[in-house]
Amino acid sequence: MTSTEQHIDEVLLSILSQVSDPEIPVLTILDMGVVRSASIVNGEVLVKITPTYSGCPAMDVIGDDIKTALEIAGYKSKVELVLSPAWTTDWITEKGRKALENYGIAAPLDEHADKEALLGNKKRVKCTNCGSINTKLVSQFGSTACKALFKCEDCLEPFDYFKCL
Amino acid sequence: MDSNLYNYILGIADNNLILGQRLGELCGHGPSLETDIACTNISLDLFGQVRSYFQYAAKLKGNNINEDEVAFLRPEREYKNVLLVEQPNTNFAYIIVRQFLFDAYHLLFLQELQKSKDITLSAIANKSIKEVSYHYRFSSDWIKRLGDGTDESQAKIQNAINDLWTYTDELFHQVEADKILIEAGVGVDVTQLKAPYYSRVSEVLAQATIQVPDLKYFQKGGKQGIHTEHMGFLLADMQYMQRAYPNMTW
Repeated sequence: MTSTEQHIDEVLLSILSQVSDPEIPVLTILDMGVVRSASIVNGEVLVKITPTYSGCPAMDVIGDDIKTALEIAGYKSKVELVLSPAWTTDWITEKGRKALENYGIAAPLDEHADKEALLGNKKRVKCTNCGSINTKLVSQFGSTACKALFKCEDCLEPFDYFKCL
Repeated sequence: MDSNLYNYILGIADNNLILGQRLGELCGHGPSLETDIACTNISLDLFGQVRSYFQYAAKLKGNNINEDEVAFLRPEREYKNVLLVEQPNTNFAYIIVRQFLFDAYHLLFLQELQKSKDITLSAIANKSIKEVSYHYRFSSDWIKRLGDGTDESQAKIQNAINDLWTYTDELFHQVEADKILIEAGVGVDVTQLKAPYYSRVSEVLAQATIQVPDLKYFQKGGKQGIHTEHMGFLLADMQYMQRAYPNMTW
């Protein structure tokens, strides 16, 4: 959506792509869309990250992991938290969505479909285990702030759904 | 320091802090696993938001103070939260009704705060509103489920509404800091939210087959720092670590 506002210096891309989300290790912070900018200013890297949810406890860890990764690559760095523009699930890359699905977390739907799914009005969320859409919302809130809990009525497996934000 | 802006931020953020604390008390004590997780998730959202507000407030205050000092090291009279959010977790009906009555207000408030000329406040509002929409969806859903549920669940929701309704009017009271900041285009005129609030809340209550109380007298005082008896106990719990081990950090 507003990914045009994202500016990451070429040379930093490979370093930052080594940092993953501590709660969803299959997802890099770049796939997640939390890095808004990274640039080298006077020999120091300034990285701006934005939280997925305000209370996301992973943000402090992500900030530290970024600093460590950059330090290993020989850069001094500063990490800044920015709130605006607010993070949206639209910023998760296609590669990130696939990684989520493979990990067993259903990727977010669009806003309208999300509302129908979470209110239980329509069956929209696809089971990550068997692919059926005969699924049921178990809990609007899940194991982390960004997820809801679903259950497949066909293969009976419970799975997480990444809420649309 | 702009003390009006500082006080204004506390006026918003203390509601998050105290309600977050109340919901946090339910960690491991919710009536079911799903509602336990929901209440603590909402608590986490509120704490995340309050952290942003307090970081901003601490920056305004200067002297190297941090958000923890703003949160933990004030006496009761300096907390500016509304009385509604400090009310105890009497039973699940009270928890849901308190949440619903606050969420409906919170959502309307953040819609307006997004338009603030203060870019930090509008950014926090912009971020928070997405989370609060989920809270409102959760609490209004439960109001309907329990209100339009069994005789017992309906009676309990009605009882909680009757008891907590007296704290709703205060949400729309203006304090000194409000007036100056509304003029500056920074603050929200809460008096304007009253009509849409009661109409939205009444609509949900009607769907839940719950009667809207007809009250003439409302409780107030929280915004001036004059709290109900529950507040002292809540703070004793919340501030314990900082009082017992001053300046402790993680």
